[in-house]
Amino acid sequence: MLLPIIVTFLLAFLMLLLKPQKILRLFKFVCVVPLLLFLYLITYLPAVYQGTKSILFKNEWIPSLGISLDFKIDGLSMLFGLMITGIGTLIYLYAAEYLKRDENIHRFYCYLTLFMGAMLGVVLSDNLITLFIFWELTSISSFFLIGYNTDQEASRKSALWALSLTGLGGFLMLAAFALIGIVAGTYSLNELLAYPDVLLNNEYYYIIIFLLFAGAFTKSAQFPFHFWLPGAMKAPTPVSAYLHSATMVKAGIYILARFSPILGGDTVWNDTLMIVGGITMVMGAVLSVFHKDMKGLLAYSTISALGIIVFLIGIGTETALYAACTFILVHALYKATLFLITGIVDHATHTRDLSVLRGLRKVMPVIAIAGFIAALSSAGIPFTFGFLSKELIYGVSTDGIWTQESIFVLTGIALLTNIFLTSSGFLAGIRPFFGKLPKEFEKIKKPNFYLWFPPVLLSALTLLFGIVPSIVDQSILKSATISVLGTSTQMYLSLWHGFNLVLLLSAITIVLGILLYFAIKPSSRNESRLKGLDDFSPQTILTSIALGIRWFAFRYTRFFHNGYLRVYIMFIVIFFTGIVGYKLFADVPLRVNTEDLSAFRIYEFTVFVITIIAIYFITSTTSRLTSIAALGVIGYSICLIFVFYGAPDLAMTQFAIDTLTVVLFVLVLFKLPPFLKFTNKKIQFRDGVISVCFGILISLITLQALVSPSEKDVSKFYADNAYVLAKGKNVVNVILVDFRGFDTMIETIVLSIAAVGVYSILKYKTQDGEKSE
Amino acid sequence: MELLLVILVGAFYSAGIYMMFRRSMVKLLLGLLLLGNGANILIFLMGGLTKGKAPIIRPENSKFLEVYADPIPQALILTAIVISFALTAFAIVLLKRVYTTTGSDDLDSLNIQDLDI
Repeated sequence: MLLPIIVTFLLAFLMLLLKPQKILRLFKFVCVVPLLLFLYLITYLPAVYQGTKSILFKNEWIPSLGISLDFKIDGLSMLFGLMITGIGTLIYLYAAEYLKRDENIHRFYCYLTLFMGAMLGVVLSDNLITLFIFWELTSISSFFLIGYNTDQEASRKSALWALSLTGLGGFLMLAAFALIGIVAGTYSLNELLAYPDVLLNNEYYYIIIFLLFAGAFTKSAQFPFHFWLPGAMKAPTPVSAYLHSATMVKAGIYILARFSPILGGDTVWNDTLMIVGGITMVMGAVLSVFHKDMKGLLAYSTISALGIIVFLIGIGTETALYAACTFILVHALYKATLFLITGIVDHATHTRDLSVLRGLRKVMPVIAIAGFIAALSSAGIPFTFGFLSKELIYGVSTDGIWTQESIFVLTGIALLTNIFLTSSGFLAGIRPFFGKLPKEFEKIKKPNFYLWFPPVLLSALTLLFGIVPSIVDQSILKSATISVLGTSTQMYLSLWHGFNLVLLLSAITIVLGILLYFAIKPSSRNESRLKGLDDFSPQTILTSIALGIRWFAFRYTRFFHNGYLRVYIMFIVIFFTGIVGYKLFADVPLRVNTEDLSAFRIYEFTVFVITIIAIYFITSTTSRLTSIAALGVIGYSICLIFVFYGAPDLAMTQFAIDTLTVVLFVLVLFKLPPFLKFTNKKIQFRDGVISVCFGILISLITLQALVSPSEKDVSKFYADNAYVLAKGKNVVNVILVDFRGFDTMIETIVLSIAAVGVYSILKYKTQDGEKSE
Repeated sequence: MELLLVILVGAFYSAGIYMMFRRSMVKLLLGLLLLGNGANILIFLMGGLTKGKAPIIRPENSKFLEVYADPIPQALILTAIVISFALTAFAIVLLKRVYTTTGSDDLDSLNIQDLDI
């Protein structure tokens, strides 16, 4: 299984080599790639047929971190894998015609193939880390596909929104995976399935599931993260059909379904999913019917459908999971059809405005039939696949396990959602084709084979599965349900349950849905009314948070990086004093080593006093010359200290260097004007306090350091060997020129570089233009 | 004597930092030199003070027979003094050059981006 996925990725990059101008026709054959993958997956169908077995492909990757490229096929993977490759084949075919005038079509196919490979990776990975990598790849390839029309700002913006939200969710999900790995000691889904109790009874359980929810909800556009999905409709229609209705947005669903047997069963898990799914499904359905843009409408009905699936997984009973699996397939089939039809209509008429589009059945009858079937399926009319899933959903909501009130609430929201979904399905699939054909659309050419074949095939499947459900029921849906449920099931799809409450609810849905369809006239007024809601939408809130962060970053940078060197130094000093001072006083008992201190003579004290006075002069004088003289005084005082305490070499060096420094200062800087008084007393006082604190801290640290005597081993080595090894009796000199001779050589180089620098600066003539006024 | 030197180190550090907080470039350089002096004294202090006994072996011996001052801090400080001179010399000419070009000793007057000119 590793090989096909790697080959898919390689092929994705090979697509870039296809030059669109010359071999446009070639792209019609690219659909062989998903088709082969589809057939390859089909070969494993018998193996997972009964749902009890799963096939594991083991590939080592980074065993020391527990990361592997293990792949697993079970019922759930099979369901998703077949959807991805099957619908993928049709989308590949469709896009070749849809984008045939696009000169970047090779890039489009690259992104699309990358996406398909990543998506297959997500649903087939057994290792959580690998799964995460593929998951992020779907986000990234989706970013490129949404932003495919790079010349449109709206398209780029939507792509960024989608990437930021799904990326954020993915990041949180990675945290969930890491926690799972820490708690359970394995990243393998297969092993996790074997011991679900490890996670269920852990203290981190709630953190794990909420991090996981964050990933799944952002990807699957659940409230309040739903808003990126309508924005993603800026993508070319084949992308919307593939990614944003049939596959990618179902990745979140896949994660929830995959983890149901591992993490499910807790009431928090169930309630959260039911509440979020419930809100999403009602909100999406209600909002969908007010859109006049076909894609906008379909986007919201997709959100609603995803909500339904999350809701069903949240309920988590055998029937509910069976309904969820069925509805995943039902929805993929009819929603892809509707999107593809939208694309055809858009292609032919250059509008997706439902208030304009009428009567197209006269110019494209085949498409009209496909749309009709898809709409019926979304409404759940008998003999379409949608009917079966609708029956199941009502079966779940009226299940005997609920209390009277629960049945009332659950059935209520299911009914409300389905009514609105029915009419939005009708609006998208039926409305453009019926009524009177406007004059400007009479001359439309019939769509060619590559465009009409995919939606027609999908709608034919909708019909076929609706009439003979056993084709998909026992082979895929049942085994998928078993993977989600964790135990075996006896459920099966049947066309006829007899006259009962469920059938009555279905009938009510259809009747009310049709009434609603006739009551709603798509118009700009409805859409502009929806705009009013924008003020409260999560997108507005997130945008203001993003702007707030930008504002904060700006202020923060202005505060810390204001370009004034002294302010930088001040921050460093303040933080150093604060942190080190705190540590010093909090952790170290302050001691003073009184034993080893030596006494001082009067001349030493005199030197000390002179130094202090010189330091005071340097800091307070306004005369440049005074400060330079004070610097010289300080240098000579230090020189004296070196003389007193056995460092004649130091004393000589210090003496020479200080003389030179003072001479240089005087020679070069003497002509400069006296120091200007830039700062007022208040700032001087502030700086004084900060620097005195810093000085006191340094003194305290020095005192503490004196408590523990320094190691003398190295000194002893040098002293003992100075003569023996290096034939020198002045140990300091021997260290400098012999033991550490290389250091001294490099130091000489540094001095030479400085000398060259000094020389070149002195020689450099200022050009007139450089002189500022 | 250690206590006096400890106070001296503190004084050098405070004065150095205080000078670096000023706007004048010359003061910045003076501050840097004061800090350097402080650091030298600090290193010297850490080696332990030994009065009047330079780390020089007597001509007649091949080894130290009595107490001697720690040679390592001295070697370090010697290097530091020389390097700081290189820095000072370079900085002084650079300051001069900046002053002749901009006519100012004020650090803030250099704080102009190209865009503003």
